[in-house]
Amino acid sequence: MNGEVVHVETPFTEDVAGAFMIGERVLVSGTLWVARDAAHMRMIETLERGKDLPFPSVGAVMFYMGPSPARPGEAIGAAGPTTAARMDRFVRPLLECGVRGMIGKGERSDEVRKLCADFCAVYLAATGGAGALYGERIKAAEVVAYEDLGPEALRKIEVEDFPAVVAIDASGRDLYGKSREKWGPSR
Amino acid sequence: MREIDVGEIGDAVARLAGEVAYRLGDAEKTALEGARGREESEPGRVALEEITENAVCAAKGVRPICQDTGLGVVFMDIGQDVHLTGGSLEDAVSDGLRRAVKESFLRASVCDSFTRANTGDGVPAILHTRIVTGDKIKVIFDAKGGGSENCSRLSMLTPADGREGVKAFAVETVEKAGAKSCPPLVVGIGVGGNFETCALLAKRALVRDLGEPNSDQGLASLEKEILEAANATGVGPSGLGGRVTVLAVHVEAAPCHIASLPVAVNLDCHAHRHGEVVL
Repeated sequence: MNGEVVHVETPFTEDVAGAFMIGERVLVSGTLWVARDAAHMRMIETLERGKDLPFPSVGAVMFYMGPSPARPGEAIGAAGPTTAARMDRFVRPLLECGVRGMIGKGERSDEVRKLCADFCAVYLAATGGAGALYGERIKAAEVVAYEDLGPEALRKIEVEDFPAVVAIDASGRDLYGKSREKWGPSR
Repeated sequence: MREIDVGEIGDAVARLAGEVAYRLGDAEKTALEGARGREESEPGRVALEEITENAVCAAKGVRPICQDTGLGVVFMDIGQDVHLTGGSLEDAVSDGLRRAVKESFLRASVCDSFTRANTGDGVPAILHTRIVTGDKIKVIFDAKGGGSENCSRLSMLTPADGREGVKAFAVETVEKAGAKSCPPLVVGIGVGGNFETCALLAKRALVRDLGEPNSDQGLASLEKEILEAANATGVGPSGLGGRVTVLAVHVEAAPCHIASLPVAVNLDCHAHRHGEVVL
C-alpha cells in the first residue's frame, strides 16, 4: 500500500473505475446511494417486475449503510459501513443497471470479484465501527424511497472526502485475500 | 426485604444505553492505544487511527460511536431479598431502552424476523435475569452490534476434542469472521453447560472487564493461548492484515454432560460497548 491518497468524484465513469488499484487509499466526494438488506430486497423486486430502480443508476456508487437518527441541525447521525457480503447476491442485477461502485466493509464472494472485472466496477472498503467519523463527512442526506423501512430506507447522501481503501478493483483483484497471504501464517 | 421500584431499573437501563453509545470505556481506549503501538502493518495502523479518531468524534455527543447502536442486551443479577414493586420488570426494561433510543438518538435496529418490519423503537431488549443472594440488583447493559454477532458460532464438540478442540474452534471462528466482524475483536467463549448455557456463558464473558483474566488459572492460560493464536491469523485491524486481530479473549466454563463438550464463541467488535450499575 502506498501512502498517497487519491481524490475521486462520483458518479464513476468506466475510466475512473478502471483506474483504481487495490490497496489505494481514496477520498470520495459527491453523491452516494445508501441501501442495505431490506432496500436491496425491494430494489430486486422492482427490477423483477420490469420497473426501473428509484435512482439514476448509471455510474452510481452504492453505500451499504443504515444511519442512526440525525440530531436537530445535523444532516445525519452515525453512518459507517455495514457488512457488504450480505449484499453479494444483489450485485449482478445492480451492475447490469449501470452501478459502478460499492462501499461497505469486509470480504466479498469470488462471484463479486468476477462481476467487478466483467462490468468494470469497484468495491471500496470503509472502516467498520467508525460511524461518527463518517457521519461528519456527510453534508446532506434525504430519503428517496422505501421510507417505511426506517434506518433501512434508500437514501441519497452528499459526501466530502469520505475515506476508503480499494478492496476489489476492476481487474477483480482482492485486497483482503492479498493481505491475508502477507500477514497470515506461512502454510 | 428491600423494595426496589422497577422504574429505577428502567432509568438505569436508559442511562447506560445512552452513555455507552457515545463513550468508549477507558479499558477499551487503552487497549486500542496499545494495539496502535504494536501493530506492524501500515493499513492496520491506519485503521486503528481511524477507530481512535472516531472515538473522539463520538465523545462530542452528536453521533454515536457506530450507527449500529446494537441490540440491547440486559443482564440482571437480582438479590433474593429484593421485592420488585411498581409494575412489570420486563416492561420497565423496555421502557428504559425505548427512552434511550428516542432521547439519545440511537438507531432502531430491531425488526420482525420474517416480515423485516422495523419495530420502530429499538425494543424489545434481550433480558437475562439471575437470582443471587443479597438485597441488591446489578444491571449490566451490553449494546451488541449485529455484524460481529452474525459471525459468532456454536458447536457441540465431543469430549475427546478437549481443550485443543475448543481452541481450534475459537481461532477458526475469528479467522472466518475476517473483516466482517470489525476487528480488533473482543472474544467471549462459553464452554460447557449445554446448548443454551454455553451461548449465555459466552455473552456473559463479553461483559467482563476488558482483558481481566479468568480467576481460574487453567482458563486464564487458555485465554492467553487463544489470544496469541488468533493474533497469528493475520486478519488484522479492519481485516486489512496485521498482528492485532483480537484485543482480549474471555473464557467462562461450566460442567457439562459426560457425552458433550458444548462451546460457543461470541464475537464483539472493537466498539465494545457495555456498562453496569448496582442498585
